[in-house]
Amino acid sequence: MEIDRAFVVKARSGDTDAFRALVERHSRSLFRLAFRMTGNAQDAEDVVQESFLRAYRQLDRFDERASFGTWMYRIATNCSLDLVRVRKRRNQTPVAADEPGEGVPELPSLAPSPERIALSGEVRERLAAAMNELSETERAAFVLRHFGGLRVEQISHVLECQPGAAKHSVFRAVQKLRRALEPVMSPIR
Amino acid sequence: MNHLNEEQLVLYYYGEENGVPDVAGHLESCETCRQAYVSLERVLDAADELTLPEPAEDFGARTWERIAPRLAARRAVFAAAVWRWAAAAGVLLAALLAGQFYPKPRPAAAVAVADPQAGERLLRLAVGDYLERSQMVLAEVANANPRQPLDISFERERAADLVAESRLYRQTALRTGDAAVAGVLDDLDRVMLEITHSPARLTPAELERLRDTLDSEEILFKIRVLGADVRADEAAAAAVSNPARKS
Repeated sequence: MEIDRAFVVKARSGDTDAFRALVERHSRSLFRLAFRMTGNAQDAEDVVQESFLRAYRQLDRFDERASFGTWMYRIATNCSLDLVRVRKRRNQTPVAADEPGEGVPELPSLAPSPERIALSGEVRERLAAAMNELSETERAAFVLRHFGGLRVEQISHVLECQPGAAKHSVFRAVQKLRRALEPVMSPIR
Repeated sequence: MNHLNEEQLVLYYYGEENGVPDVAGHLESCETCRQAYVSLERVLDAADELTLPEPAEDFGARTWERIAPRLAARRAVFAAAVWRWAAAAGVLLAALLAGQFYPKPRPAAAVAVADPQAGERLLRLAVGDYLERSQMVLAEVANANPRQPLDISFERERAADLVAESRLYRQTALRTGDAAVAGVLDDLDRVMLEITHSPARLTPAELERLRDTLDSEEILFKIRVLGADVRADEAAAAAVSNPARKS
């Protein structure tokens, strides 16, 4: 965080190498977030690029006491939500989350082993479908909590809502995922 | 202790069980809650099985390569805007000192009579600069990627500044009888107001609507034509006032 802060200070004074360092440090984690939000690798790449362009433009508004990573998460989440809204309006279904890299073949996949896929194929299918059924806020809150590791308080900052609302969105998302998955999961031994 | 509710179990799973006393201890002693927790844990653990394409090691460097030219373009636009704003402020100051825009109680006609050519020239200089800055704002909207949402917060601020500034030029143009300039400034005002009142983040559909307005007003074309006229007038006036430079 201290390193980020130093880079932000330099970038604000016009040091493009410092901004480049921020881009290189945070691009990959933002891609993961954006992919979870949009379900599409090409969209995720676009979101990452647009997020840094917005960040560069708004660098003066960044509060140096805050975490640059969380700030970028907020920007990338907003970019992702914009994109998802557009897609919904156009009634285009996003590429399913289990179809990685379509249009972006250079991205290596960390797909589970074939055995694991065979064991959990239906679960994964239902999970991807259930994720697509979540509302924008539920999906964003769940992605930030489950995959991003953000605490509820941080999620409320990213989504610009009260902590109670952020927590409620996470719960609703978990409830929906449980309803979708429990019927196909083997009973507890 | 009563049974744990679902919210408490979810928070416990994520290590955020703030304020809930000894959840772990309760789970050890309560079979019902333990079963509920194990069921929840299995669902949430399964979420990790969603395939995630891991970005390549050089993903950050590639991202930089793609955005660096666009950052440079933004810096250039911003620097030019700041420089031109300063230049326009200088022109305005000169005009104010000359008493053209805010004359003392004298009627406007008297100013025009006193030195109509100087007043007109000042107006043209200021308007030329104003048009260039307007064109930069409009070009950002006109050239944006139509497939992506567009953040126009910067352009909205510039548009609001330009609207506030244009009144001065429009009034002066009307006073000096330059109906063509006043007309284009009117059209430009309408477009700038639309940008000012647009959301900070435009969806592609909203961007398309805004572009339609630009097209229907033919505003970029009008700006180019008027800008070319203004520059030609400036060059002619400069040649007249400083003939030595011609030779």
